[in-house]
Amino acid sequence: MGKEIAEARYYRKKREQQKLFDLLYVIFRGLLIIGISFIIIYPIIQKIAVAFKDKVDIYNPTIYMVPVNFTWENLTMAMSILDYFPMLGKTLVFVVVTTLCTVASCALAGYGFARFNFPGNGMFFGVVIITILVPTTTLMLPYYLHFKNFDFLGIIGLLTGKPGVNLINTYWPSIITSATAIGLKAGLFIYIFRQFFKGLPKEIEEASFIDGAGGIQTFFRIMLPNAIPPIITVVLFCFVWQYNDTFYTTLFMSGMELMSLKVATLPSQADQFIPVLMGYSHSSGFKADPNHVAMVVDTGILLAILPLLALYLVVQRYFVESIERSGIVG
Amino acid sequence: MKLKGMSLYRKRSMLGFFFIGPWLIGFLFLYLTPLLQSIKFSFTKLEIQPEGYSLMGVGWENFRNALFVDASFNRIITSSVWEMIVSVPMILFFSLFSATILNQKFRGRTLTRAIFFLPVILASNAIEAAEKSGLINLIGSATYLEEMQGATSSYNVTSIVYTLLDIGIPLTFADYIVTAILSIYSIITNSGVQILIFLAALQSVPNTMYEVAKMEGATAYESFWKITFPMVSPLILTNIIYTVIDSFSGSPITTLIYSTAFETQNFGLSAAMSWIYTIVVALFLAIIGVVLGKRIHYN
Repeated sequence: MGKEIAEARYYRKKREQQKLFDLLYVIFRGLLIIGISFIIIYPIIQKIAVAFKDKVDIYNPTIYMVPVNFTWENLTMAMSILDYFPMLGKTLVFVVVTTLCTVASCALAGYGFARFNFPGNGMFFGVVIITILVPTTTLMLPYYLHFKNFDFLGIIGLLTGKPGVNLINTYWPSIITSATAIGLKAGLFIYIFRQFFKGLPKEIEEASFIDGAGGIQTFFRIMLPNAIPPIITVVLFCFVWQYNDTFYTTLFMSGMELMSLKVATLPSQADQFIPVLMGYSHSSGFKADPNHVAMVVDTGILLAILPLLALYLVVQRYFVESIERSGIVG
Repeated sequence: MKLKGMSLYRKRSMLGFFFIGPWLIGFLFLYLTPLLQSIKFSFTKLEIQPEGYSLMGVGWENFRNALFVDASFNRIITSSVWEMIVSVPMILFFSLFSATILNQKFRGRTLTRAIFFLPVILASNAIEAAEKSGLINLIGSATYLEEMQGATSSYNVTSIVYTLLDIGIPLTFADYIVTAILSIYSIITNSGVQILIFLAALQSVPNTMYEVAKMEGATAYESFWKITFPMVSPLILTNIIYTVIDSFSGSPITTLIYSTAFETQNFGLSAAMSWIYTIVVALFLAIIGVVLGKRIHYN
């Protein structure tokens, strides 16, 4: 009898100890998560705060986040220096077109590698992996020269005698590379699609063959509608990386109006234009207040990432779900 | 190769060429040719003419120039590789840790996942370049900026280093821990995709395994090392490869290769530099692949 009471007391103490540990763990985890989230979110909140701060408030040391005087001035200035809405439109059109081309060609290639046993399948897929691993700077120069005198199979040289079409500073290089699945990180996307298609059961295809569909029809009517998870993954990643890309844009299109290019040159342009916009003077010798320039640059950066943030808020749920179900894992 | 004489299976296989067609065209004309050209360029001195370019063979001159003569190449490549070696384990450890936490059930989990993945969306070299040059405008000089950053962070570091040494941790470990603390921001920002991949891997581990282990009396620590870790190990290799590749963009060596090509117009040297870099990275990945390949537990 006494032994049972002692046991009961022991287990009760153990349970309370366990609850204490659990509570400590929950608090520890909560603090960790709040800390890391703060580190991630802080730059964005700071930029939002700066975007509305009047320049009178720059030198007020009591202000940390919330400005005392609000103004739209920073936003209007940043928008006019960046030429915001027209440039945003052009960038979006460019990014959407390249994303569609990339998804189409990578899905085709992924399905081909996954389901067809043509000779050289393994070798070509090994080559795809190599395209992921080779740093892009290795190919930078030949790409540039190649597109400077673009001449597909020597046809143009034969027909007109000119050395080729100069495609630098047009949208064509990126469109051609994305339509042929060689563009920005395309190897990764082909890998994602191949893993997914390999994971689909063969019975679906066999059923469609029995029903009389050819290979191409099977792809468009059956495999593709089933492939929504990897399509979403690839669309999201491709859109974000293309939007933020500075490597290929500075290489091929440095004269064009694209968001990533404009943002990179924003500080020097702001330096030049702010005195004019503020009405100080038209002479180039007059420099604007560097802190004020920094505020406008921060606002410009906020404007640049705003479309991405908006898109992310809408689709963030799908990011995690789609990676899980696209079959890269497991 | 007569199409009529092949079996149906064989004919079907040939359809595969149609599907990889776009990729094959792109690869042959836009990848293989430039790749071979790049090798050729690294052995020549290239000059841009109005109607194309002219080549003058110089043998191994460019490679010798890059390795032995050029002032900054050796320094930058060793520092880049060293930074990769140091930061890859930290990023992996942090992303596995975050993925484990994000896999548990708690209130606000979706929001936390969204926040942790945010840096991937906003990682833009353009933004970093803009911020850096904006700060340079403010202060007036790039070197002073680096000194200033170094000065403020090293002040905090000294006290922490002394505290760690007092506890009894050997100097090398203290050094590593302090480097980790200083680069927390860059680790967190570079871990987004890895966290996602690990999270998906953790969710693919069947729950029944954990239940059985708990019934048999395994503690949480044991079940992590004996169940979670082996099931997730194939993706550790994937994540290492992804992290190494991710470190290419925006790294100082990429900028060096770019500026050698387009600012000093020394194209042959730039090609040689990029090939040396490619070989170094390939060696690095091969070593990691061999070392880890044996320890990975495949299902």
